[in-house]
Amino acid sequence: MARLARLSLSPEEEERFAAQLGHVLEYIERLEQVDVSGVEPLSFAGEAGLPLRADAPRPAEQQLPREKVLAQAPQHDAQAFLVPRIIE
Amino acid sequence: MIAPLGQLSLALARGEVTPTALLEESLSRIRALDPQVHPFMRLTEPQAQAAARAASARRAAGKALGPLDGVPVGLKDIFCMEGVETTAGSKILQGYVPPYDATVVRKLKEAGAVIVGKLNMDEFAMGSSTENSAYGVTRNPWDLERTPGGSSGGSAAAVAARMVPGALGTDTGGSIRQPAAMVGCAGMKPTYGRVSRFGVIAFASSLDQVGPFAQDVRGVALLLQAIAGHDDNDQTSSARPVPDYAAALERRVAGLRVGVPREYFGEGLAPEVAALVRAGIEKLRGAGCSISEISLPNSPHAIATYYIVATAEASSNLARYDGVRYGHRAKAGQLLEMYERTRAEGFGAEVKRRIMLGTYALSAGYYDAYYLRAQKVRALIRRDFDNAFTMVDAVLSPTSPTTAFKLGERTDDPLAMYLSDVYTVPANLAGLPGISVPCGFDSSKLPVGLQLIGKPFDEETLLRLAHAVEPEKFEEPR
Repeated sequence: MARLARLSLSPEEEERFAAQLGHVLEYIERLEQVDVSGVEPLSFAGEAGLPLRADAPRPAEQQLPREKVLAQAPQHDAQAFLVPRIIE
Repeated sequence: MIAPLGQLSLALARGEVTPTALLEESLSRIRALDPQVHPFMRLTEPQAQAAARAASARRAAGKALGPLDGVPVGLKDIFCMEGVETTAGSKILQGYVPPYDATVVRKLKEAGAVIVGKLNMDEFAMGSSTENSAYGVTRNPWDLERTPGGSSGGSAAAVAARMVPGALGTDTGGSIRQPAAMVGCAGMKPTYGRVSRFGVIAFASSLDQVGPFAQDVRGVALLLQAIAGHDDNDQTSSARPVPDYAAALERRVAGLRVGVPREYFGEGLAPEVAALVRAGIEKLRGAGCSISEISLPNSPHAIATYYIVATAEASSNLARYDGVRYGHRAKAGQLLEMYERTRAEGFGAEVKRRIMLGTYALSAGYYDAYYLRAQKVRALIRRDFDNAFTMVDAVLSPTSPTTAFKLGERTDDPLAMYLSDVYTVPANLAGLPGISVPCGFDSSKLPVGLQLIGKPFDEETLLRLAHAVEPEKFEEPR
């Protein structure tokens, strides 16, 4: 699970979290007792029919300046975020 | 001493106090008390001084922007503020300086509010005691050995200690209402969609909502007025018109129907909390409300449902913290190793636990048994409320089963910590508004909160009822 979640854990953390999450899962398993036959899942409790915005870039004056955004990155050049190498 | 926000707003309007003097008072109180209580992570003093001077000039010229012009407020560190470090209580965002204001921050500034600083919180709003912050512990102003609740514990403690008259927080499973109850102030989670979340660091997007803290209900109404409304930058924000919340407080509560769910008064509820909430019920009965017992039969499943839905959404939302675009990056030769180490070093224990739980609930083979089933139980919880609101105008309960617990008491037992939110979580799952209002003190002189839950977009009824419950005079800690 830690691998899927992109987390490297120490052996001590693995042991502690496994025990704690075991308790939580045991508690959560009570949901198996609930009769949900014929119930439609509810994923969103907001208003129905909210409009979607167009998937289009905003006018330039409404965009954040690139240098301001890049300035927050741990490593960047004038145009892009930089990351360690991906392929050997 | 900083007066409750509603009174202070009137004093400003009458010219009895100026915004600059008020800011000075707020800052001196913060300097005196923060070393013990520690709600503040950082002050925004230069911006606050400039804002207070501008507000004083407007007030003197009779050109006030409204009831919040010149009122000092604090912000939970989950709100992006241009040019001010914003960390959400996490090491992984240390040093992050947002290039823009969250919509609610912009709206507060436009209303003339004076933002004095950023307030402590559980990391990424995951917690019920503010002990999960990477930046130190906040204490309860009524008993420094106890927590102020959480996750918006800094916002609650700063208001209760009268450092600021108002503050903003966020509430995903009770993170405004529970700390408000623990410190004895008022705090509201509005209806899902009432307030924009643009620029608010996301935890669980189908549950997160922004809301106000103030000592008095009138203060909560004034802050909600300023932040509510549609925002093109948050597609889930509602286009419904925003009513006049302060005006609603003038309407009597006689004739309102209040339902008391029997499931909220069962095992685990401290007897003294139950007695004070029952006294609050009698106050409403005396004011002419009709009180009836109701049932919300699926509420015992709310915490289990919440810890699947919220962690699943969190595991997805927090995938963005990968050391590429902002915040902390660990040293590593390769990309995958960089991701894993950055997240291992940057996230605290509770955030790791929840990301793993959410990843598990969404993983192939478990999705139907956990996530899909939880969404179905969520539908049943919503249906319980829909049924109740055919008979009553609001649902009344304790906010939390106990008063503030001791620091360290629940940090090693995540489940015990989660159960502190047993009465607040259902409103988030159902998308409903809820408010916690002070209803007295137990024999250890710890505050108790009473919760009211309402129909979608009926914040007015909650504010009216809460106003009828709140004390006429507010005691101050120590």
